Amino acid sequence: MTNSIDDLEKADCILVIGSNTTEGHPIIGLRIKRAVMKNGCRLIVAEPRHIRLCYYAGQWIRQKPGTDVALLNGMMNVILSEGLADEDFIRERTEGFEEFRKTVEQYPPERAAEICGVEAEEIRRAARTFASAESAAIVYAMGITQHTTGVDNVLSLANLAMLTGNLGKEGAGVNPLRGQNNVQGACDMGGLPNVFTGYQPVSDPKVREKFEAAWGVDYLPGNPGLTLTEMTDAAHRGDVKVLYIMGENPVISDPDIRHLKEALERVEFLVVQDIFLTETAAYADVVLPSASFAEKEGTFTNTDRRVQRVRKAVEPPGEAREDSWIIAQVAARLGYDMGYISAEKVMEEIASLTPSYGGISYQRLEKEGELRWPCPDAEHPGTPILHVGKFTRGKGLFSAVEYKPPAEEPDEEYPFILTTGRLLAHYHTGSMTRRVEPLNELVPRNRVWINPADAERLGVADGDEVGLQSRRGAIKLEAKVTRKVSEGVVFVPFHFGESPANALTNSALDPVAKIPELKVAAVRVLAGEDAKGVTYDMA
Amino acid sequence: MEQVRLTIDGKEVVTTSDRTILEAAREAGVRVPSLCYEERMDPYGACRICLVEVEGARGLLPACYTKVTDGMVVRTATEDLARIRRTILELILSDHPKDCMTCESAGDCELQDLAYEYGVKETSYKGEEHHYEVLADNPLIERDYDKCILCGRCIRICREVQGVGVYDFVNRGFESVPGIPYGKPMTESPCEFCGQCVSTCPTGAIISIPSKGKGRSWQVEKVRTTCPYCGCGCQLDLHVRDGEIIEVSSPVMVGPGEGNLCVKGRYGYGFVHHPDRLTQPLVRKGGKGGELVPATWEEALGAVAGHIRKAMDEGGPDSVAFLASARCTNEENYLMQKLARAVVGTNNVDHCARL
Ligand code: SF4
Ligand code: SF4
Ligand code: SF4
Ligand code: FES
Repeated sequence: MTNSIDDLEKADCILVIGSNTTEGHPIIGLRIKRAVMKNGCRLIVAEPRHIRLCYYAGQWIRQKPGTDVALLNGMMNVILSEGLADEDFIRERTEGFEEFRKTVEQYPPERAAEICGVEAEEIRRAARTFASAESAAIVYAMGITQHTTGVDNVLSLANLAMLTGNLGKEGAGVNPLRGQNNVQGACDMGGLPNVFTGYQPVSDPKVREKFEAAWGVDYLPGNPGLTLTEMTDAAHRGDVKVLYIMGENPVISDPDIRHLKEALERVEFLVVQDIFLTETAAYADVVLPSASFAEKEGTFTNTDRRVQRVRKAVEPPGEAREDSWIIAQVAARLGYDMGYISAEKVMEEIASLTPSYGGISYQRLEKEGELRWPCPDAEHPGTPILHVGKFTRGKGLFSAVEYKPPAEEPDEEYPFILTTGRLLAHYHTGSMTRRVEPLNELVPRNRVWINPADAERLGVADGDEVGLQSRRGAIKLEAKVTRKVSEGVVFVPFHFGESPANALTNSALDPVAKIPELKVAAVRVLAGEDAKGVTYDMA
Repeated sequence: MEQVRLTIDGKEVVTTSDRTILEAAREAGVRVPSLCYEERMDPYGACRICLVEVEGARGLLPACYTKVTDGMVVRTATEDLARIRRTILELILSDHPKDCMTCESAGDCELQDLAYEYGVKETSYKGEEHHYEVLADNPLIERDYDKCILCGRCIRICREVQGVGVYDFVNRGFESVPGIPYGKPMTESPCEFCGQCVSTCPTGAIISIPSKGKGRSWQVEKVRTTCPYCGCGCQLDLHVRDGEIIEVSSPVMVGPGEGNLCVKGRYGYGFVHHPDRLTQPLVRKGGKGGELVPATWEEALGAVAGHIRKAMDEGGPDSVAFLASARCTNEENYLMQKLARAVVGTNNVDHCARL
């Protein structure tokens, strides 16, 4: 997030797009609700599904899944043609405006509306509300990124923020909500194929030299490694022989499960380190039992870049051990001594090698509770808002972004658009929440949401068992007939191992970010007798 | 907002004009009792336990509701006030079960604390008592309105903070309680099971079912940590008794949630002690079709290192790939990429950030 969670309550207008905030990020959802109820903030929700935030929104735009670029270009077209842009901001702080304008001119609201399946007037209204607000914040999540056009979507949001001067100030900003507790931290720590900690590129010889010296090795590779999806393909081909997975369950969270399962079967040696025998661990050649969050010391970095402590409350069960101990043991057996691994010492090493974490220490966290990076030195208070006065890269760059349709569109054979997402009571692949009795009691099974008109046409009643089939797989689950999805769209949460939404989803990737298109796939609904034969075999 | 100087119980206090007497007093370390007030909500001024004397004011003023002004002289602990507070407490207790020995909230009850502080034991008001049915119509939250003191905190937190509005005062007069309209069960209301109402209820009227009978507040150790679920990063206090987490709460006005949690953060801790937890390393015996069987750490780690070494020798470092984790700590992720880069010599390290 460029701004902070607290800062959202200072916004005069919030555009929530591609985020079911009250379920995916409940406490941020709470702040948004409060901004509306207490401060009269104007909320615009752009979301194909009816979500709880729609009850609080002044305007709900129900665009077709995968049409966000067209919607945003349409809004920006209106902002330009009605003279609502922040000219000073554009002149002083940005570049690339002319080319951007030429593209946006191709998207009059009528054309955008047609692509998005909404009225042109809705686009005009949203544009005016957003552009005329004193400060306007954008909030988005995986509904924006999990598309083949994910990067285009994000660039369009940045365009919108720059066009209206909504960066680098209170109550504004472009605020992506990270899905899992420590996605931010895993990225910050260099859990990515092209960067060390703090996004220092592996291709930079100076950076490599620094890490070589600190780690006491003569050579670190400078070529970027494989992304998760590329790893899967490489394992398929036999190029990756050992795959070592720590605390992830891609068999449920990954698109196109069949392809992934084949890769896991094929890879010569699979190591899975986890707290449960997950669907992924079931494929492993070695399973290493690890400690849960309550059984270890450490830190997480949340979605607004807050580094906060994790503390040990109970002992791990049986012989389960902290992940750090396990990693150090493996390293030792490969001839590398990581030294004494206390979380506090590791953070000292991180701080010494990572400019943005330079001032973070357990001592300070003990006293101050939280620190927001960039926090370069021990005196620095941390940074609640990014890009104040100046962008990290100097000037903000407008991008000319054209609308491209999703990789897979509905057709005669697969007439429905499938979109996936989260439920409040469950989390990610369900390996934790499905093992919490009262939560599982609240929401015990998976259901596909289907519009009443579609249900009637197919002869499906609420509670019926139906099959869903895509070009990649099939699942069977209960139908929930609800107007919360529009006609032609079905929604399936992805927490359920017995009917995993990702057996259906498309692994087509965004060409830049390599994020799969989990939010749009074409499926058909099988009802009555047709549903009977559908099976999904669990790992 | 201007600076304001006032005197509270003879103490010079400097604060700002947006403060109430209660806030200013607490900041200055002067304890003023309260029941219907809580920091997460707007003041309500219903219980009157916070009444204070202000020089020149007509009558007593509720400290939680009254803003400070320059030159104010406040007294919070006079004999008169103590007598009034005792009367208020006696009135409340005249229709409150005296079963603190089995009440879930004993030791963590604002009413009990005040009765203790003001020495209210017997009540001179003998009147009609309520006997409501205990409502446990869902797996998480139990309501026993016999213990309700009508402070309205549950209604207000659900409406003002959670933005939902499950409860409202139902019935009239003596029968008035904060119920769910039409007597619906919570599972049929818009309730999000955040437990904010549980966290604010000053008595044992609204409690968490999974924690019932598991431990008293003085028997638990509270460990401050960060929620393991979504990216909001709410601060949790894990209540631990005999090596088991029995309840989760959140420190008020601390961290991104300011004391508020969602259903996962507050009630999603049961997996930690689940019998499915892995308790020893497993190694597959008899090749790919074989079974995973328990092994020693020595054996398992040896196999892992052996296969990594073999792959490195035969196919080079890039034939090994690592997935770090959005679920693990920063320190663990750091060590994982160090293992990949420094020890194995590959940049093949990623995690499920994109999913
Ligand atoms: S649990 Fe949350 S949503 Fe439900 S009644 Fe209590 S405060 Fe309201
Ligand atoms: S149930 Fe608890 S919080 Fe609600 S009014 Fe009664 S005492 Fe207050
Ligand atoms: S309590 Fe809920 S909102 Fe807060 S971090 Fe945990 S999962 Fe997210
Ligand atoms: S605390 Fe002030 S009136 Fe209740």
